[in-house]
Amino acid sequence: MSKAPAFFDEMHECDRVRTHYQDYAAWLRAMPPERLAAKRAEADALFHRFGITFAVYGEGEGTERLIPFDIIPRIIPATEWKQLADGLRQRVRALNAFIGDIYHGQAILKAGVIPEEQVLCNVQYRPEMQGVDVPGGIYAHIAGVDVVRAGAGEFYVLEDNLRVPSGVSYMLEDRRMMMRLFPELFARNKVAPVEHYPDLLLDTLRGVAPLGVADPTVVVLTPGAFNSAYFEHAFLAQQMGVELVEGQDLFVEDEQVFMRTTQGPQRVDVIYRRIDDDFLDPLAFRPDSMLGVPGLLSAYRAGRVTLSNAIGTGVADDKSIYPFVPDMVRFYLGEEPILNNVPTWQCRRPDDLAHVLAHLPELVVKEVHGAGGYGMLVGPAATKSEIEKFRQLLLAFPERYIAQPTLALSTCPTFVESGVAPRHIDLRPFVLSGREVRFVPGGLTRVALKAGSLVVNSSQGGGTKDTWVLED
Amino acid sequence: MLSRTADHLYWMARLMERAENMARMLDTSHRVSLMPQSGDAAPDSAWRSLLANLGLDEAYAARYGKITSESLLDFMIFSQDNPSSIANCLRGARENAHAVRGTLTSEVWEATNATWLAMREQNPATLLERGPGEFFEWVKYRSHLSRGAALGTMMADEGLRFMRLGTFLERADNTARILDTKFRTLPADTELAAPAPDYYPWSALLHSVSAFETYRKAYRDLISPQRVADLLILRPDMPRSLSRCMKEVYANLQALANRRSVETERRAGELEAELRFARIENLVEGGLPRWLDRFLDRIADLGGRIADDFLVPVSR
Repeated sequence: MSKAPAFFDEMHECDRVRTHYQDYAAWLRAMPPERLAAKRAEADALFHRFGITFAVYGEGEGTERLIPFDIIPRIIPATEWKQLADGLRQRVRALNAFIGDIYHGQAILKAGVIPEEQVLCNVQYRPEMQGVDVPGGIYAHIAGVDVVRAGAGEFYVLEDNLRVPSGVSYMLEDRRMMMRLFPELFARNKVAPVEHYPDLLLDTLRGVAPLGVADPTVVVLTPGAFNSAYFEHAFLAQQMGVELVEGQDLFVEDEQVFMRTTQGPQRVDVIYRRIDDDFLDPLAFRPDSMLGVPGLLSAYRAGRVTLSNAIGTGVADDKSIYPFVPDMVRFYLGEEPILNNVPTWQCRRPDDLAHVLAHLPELVVKEVHGAGGYGMLVGPAATKSEIEKFRQLLLAFPERYIAQPTLALSTCPTFVESGVAPRHIDLRPFVLSGREVRFVPGGLTRVALKAGSLVVNSSQGGGTKDTWVLED
Repeated sequence: MLSRTADHLYWMARLMERAENMARMLDTSHRVSLMPQSGDAAPDSAWRSLLANLGLDEAYAARYGKITSESLLDFMIFSQDNPSSIANCLRGARENAHAVRGTLTSEVWEATNATWLAMREQNPATLLERGPGEFFEWVKYRSHLSRGAALGTMMADEGLRFMRLGTFLERADNTARILDTKFRTLPADTELAAPAPDYYPWSALLHSVSAFETYRKAYRDLISPQRVADLLILRPDMPRSLSRCMKEVYANLQALANRRSVETERRAGELEAELRFARIENLVEGGLPRWLDRFLDRIADLGGRIADDFLVPVSR
């Protein structure tokens, strides 16, 4: 098995197994291959039976797929997790402060830290939110921060997902599956539990209810059964024991939101919405939206209902704002950032654009508003014609793109057709902000199953792994 | 419970029941159409009265014109244009189930889903070739399976009550239509209390509601139209009778009552009590078809009121 030395391997250091993987590696060596094969087949069958699938867009209506699950866990030692957790907490606090600021005093713009037009002219900036106070000053209650490792102790944030990050149900199901398949592993390793995530989420949501509501009613708002993440919406509602509603189930009267129940209208205080801003209220945003609730924005602005996440958080996770996050940490918290940002060229700047055009085969180019791994160029893996296509796009619409060096993403041993081989991974921890910032240890580890691929998104053929944070 | 969730459960049960009764009605009419016709009755009279009774005669005529067994079965089983075709009922039941899959037990979901998947595999040519009887039987058994899975596996809570409400309201409507189809076409001078001269159509009717053996057991006598009406309207122990259906509708409504539903409950109770204390002689005296028409109106009224009080209002 040849290992490309350029990549940090989570399990091995040269030919030695890293300390925190030693127990697992010994167990894996002792496992007969046919037993492992049987366990992998069992996992597949169980995921199918439970209907843990996601819908794929653009492959005909109702296409449902399993996200491939890999049985080799990604293990993070306690010391590393602590550093990561501190960094995440710091970063999300700064991002929430930033969002509050740009919809109120705009101190960071006045101080010239971020160019004003890059925030105020951003399509994700919502003027409707100016001057609106939200409970606790928290906007992004649920953040899914994508982190990759390039070397020992070297974590980079790729994206701060502050709108409607998904994937947490896979984190929970992956753990449930591992415990079912290999209970003996959990008896031998001190793996920090993650199963209480729905409790933390519910507590966070209840904690940001409008002032004066003693016993808040929380609901999960889904676009419906045809959405790619519907399974997760239903899962979280069920795990929290709250109603899963669609827009048509809600109505607004006297700036108060109600849901239609068989016992009459019932007041709703907190909406964990899994619908984008644009579709929330046909009266305020897209008038053709069938998913939203007419009048929701007015109830929200009047402070009668909490939306989670708040409206207008998208401006803070926009890739054109991303390069400024370390400055936000310094500006709002007076601290040095713990987590690294990936160096980013903003193609809107002529100098940056020139550099990017000269180095396209080495760089990753991303659409500023893109998500999900759609519309990006991975230079080292791209064909000449793909590179040429992006060159033309960059010349025509430079402001739509940023570029970053191709990171040497760490790898983790993974079951593939040819046996066990290293595959690139990332990590999406889910950071909850309410009265305090909390999370369960770890997050969702995504793995690029194609050899050499750096794209881990499930829509692009990525898989997932259980993520273990070992307790001291 | 969310009104939309209750609405899906209610319609899932209603549409499955409708598919079953549609199969029952078609089975009877199909059998009758194969029988040697008495006197001057047109060979397609059984089909004609069925279409009229379901209010589908115009839609059918616009599409096919002449009545033939082939085109009629195509219209009633497969047609997308006929909202009550068996295919549309089974698809509707499945779509409603899909929308509330999390509320159902896996048995109920799988039974309903598998029925629809198998329905998609059916095609008109082979179905007619093998004779539709086998298919009608299959639809009945799939409906039994869905209902049995619900009763055997679901929590006896609000959700199950809305399903039961849907089942029995639909069944009351359908049984009344089956009776109406028959009694409306009787010659004016028919002696209802006397044994029926044309035995086969009446036994086919009883077979269609699985009541042939029950009739024998209950009356130990020849088939008379009046006793058929008694059995299918007033007998409280007959699972498809109007009396039994209304008893279930009323009991479930009482359990589901909310602030708005007082009048709906009263109307259901009134109808249930009427059936409980009625005598078949009195109903027959006033003219059964007229009584059945009025009954169907009252069922439709209850359906509309249930939607307004609990579910997603129809007029939205």
